[in-house]
Amino acid sequence: MRHLAKYIITRTLLTIPMVLILLSIVFLVLRIMPGDPVSSMLGGHAPEKVIEQKKEELGLNEPMAVQYVSYLWQVAHLDLGESMVFKQRVTTAIADKLPATIELTACGMIITLILGVFLGAYAADRRRQVQDSMIRLYGIVIYCIPVYWLGLMLQLIFGIWLDVMPIAGRTGPRVFASTFEQTGFYLIDTLLIRDFAALKDVMIHLTLPAFTLGLTLSGIFIRLTRANMLDVLKADYIIAAEARGIRHSRIVYRHALKNAFIPILTMMGLQVALLMAGAILTETTFSWPGMGRLLLERIYLRDYPTIQGVIIVFALIVAGVSLVVDIIYAMIDPRIRY
Amino acid sequence: MNYSPASALARGFSSFTKMGKKYGVEWWILVAGAVIVLGIVFMAAFPDIFTTFNPYDQAAGPQLAPPGGEHLMGTDNLRRDVWARIVFGSQTILRVSVLAAIISSLIGISMGLLSGFSGGILDRILSLIMDSVYVFPGLILAIAFAAMFGPGVINITLAVSVIYIPTYFRLVRGQTLSIKQELYIEAARAIGASSSTILREYIFPNVIATTVVVFTLNVADAIMIEAALTYLGLGLPPSVVDWGMDLAMGKKFLPSGQWWLITFPGIMISLLALGFTMLGEGLAEILNPRLLER
Repeated sequence: MRHLAKYIITRTLLTIPMVLILLSIVFLVLRIMPGDPVSSMLGGHAPEKVIEQKKEELGLNEPMAVQYVSYLWQVAHLDLGESMVFKQRVTTAIADKLPATIELTACGMIITLILGVFLGAYAADRRRQVQDSMIRLYGIVIYCIPVYWLGLMLQLIFGIWLDVMPIAGRTGPRVFASTFEQTGFYLIDTLLIRDFAALKDVMIHLTLPAFTLGLTLSGIFIRLTRANMLDVLKADYIIAAEARGIRHSRIVYRHALKNAFIPILTMMGLQVALLMAGAILTETTFSWPGMGRLLLERIYLRDYPTIQGVIIVFALIVAGVSLVVDIIYAMIDPRIRY
Repeated sequence: MNYSPASALARGFSSFTKMGKKYGVEWWILVAGAVIVLGIVFMAAFPDIFTTFNPYDQAAGPQLAPPGGEHLMGTDNLRRDVWARIVFGSQTILRVSVLAAIISSLIGISMGLLSGFSGGILDRILSLIMDSVYVFPGLILAIAFAAMFGPGVINITLAVSVIYIPTYFRLVRGQTLSIKQELYIEAARAIGASSSTILREYIFPNVIATTVVVFTLNVADAIMIEAALTYLGLGLPPSVVDWGMDLAMGKKFLPSGQWWLITFPGIMISLLALGFTMLGEGLAEILNPRLLER
């Protein structure tokens, strides 16, 4: 147990340089970028003097190294600063948008896992048969369909032609988020106050974006599950189970799948990056008020602190998930140690 | 032996199908991928064969005409021919994605070789930076870089290429580390070969083979990232014909049911990415059957 604690501490400390490096890259990129928050806020017609004064106020005239160090000092105190364009704390802006993104990505991930793991296991069981080829073909094709286009096509089919699904936003025109909003996770919020009409509305709005995201990533999970299952199905204990006369489907979906799941879990850490990228694009397609929209909006406005804050949060999510995954893996498999 | 063209063709065809028997499905995946890629490359190289319309012509036909008749894929809100924009748009996406893959492979491979071969503090710092970038969502970095560089074909190419450098770096570094331990490297050292000779003559040729597959899959990914950036309105000026930008424009007409504006550019992006992916998968399976089993 002491080894595990040591592992967890080292592994956690290792995420710090990662976040720091990404933050530094983005800090640099933003400062080299043409344009600045003051000019984009005041428009092109503001007098030079006003712009200079505002820049001085925001500390944009300091040498870059000074800005960098003072920003790091701020972040070290868990303070992401204040938006340079709006009167708003960066943490407030992010807290406002983050639940929407997490709700979307979590639902997308669940759909991906269910589809990917089940189809992958089924394909491995039917290796080199028609079903296997069809599922592998689906996996390759769905991987190559850009997530934003898949979203548009689903909007076209279900939102316009069949007219059964909404194509934008988190709630419909008759449901007001202000009546139930507490955590920002609308699924939880509506359940908390038992407003089931609103819950239904929220779920309907979530369906298309979550399926868009979930379908796109399912291809990767099919491949992963299939490859791992193929290895596991060759193992001696599977043959032994077969010999004991255990039902074939039970062997495949219970015995084998359980063991194949460990490597799949570790790969999930890396897929989180894809999930986040997919979420940004899905949010744009479905006018979903999340982190992706916030990032793009603020990039146009050159709002440095907010952009940096969003990047830090994304980096923390990616690092956090891979940390949790590694720790779970270390708990399951005692051979993994630093 | 008969050397007439017809018999050469027949021999070529029989060796072609023999390969199919030897490698099974993977060979046909490779062939299908190659056909798709070559088809679109041919379209980009000789656009005038495929369409008589000018992609910029704002009087090509009626406004928002559905597909059919003179306009194979209809017209857009500015009365431009959609098929002509598809044909000419292939040039932009191919140029950007292939060039981006070339740039990132050149930088990533050389840095990976250097880092893996020299080891020490340089290796540790480079690895740390590369790993940090590798796990981060590539699209978000590309968005930041595209915003920094501003619109332009070269600019978007650079923005896309940045995110793949770590992929090559990690692959090549890992391989270099393991090849460094081989006996033949020690032998080369023993006969007095310099470090640069060892890198050039012994390590590089062994490393480069594995990057071919990664390169092909990299182009497929770069295609989707390029289109994603232009779909988000970043990276290219409006004067360029591009599938992603056409998709973003067509999105505005989705609620009114003009389906052809989004359907065709999307199919083309998917098809091109699919072509390169199948090419990569087929190559991987044939060059190294264990690589994709993982």
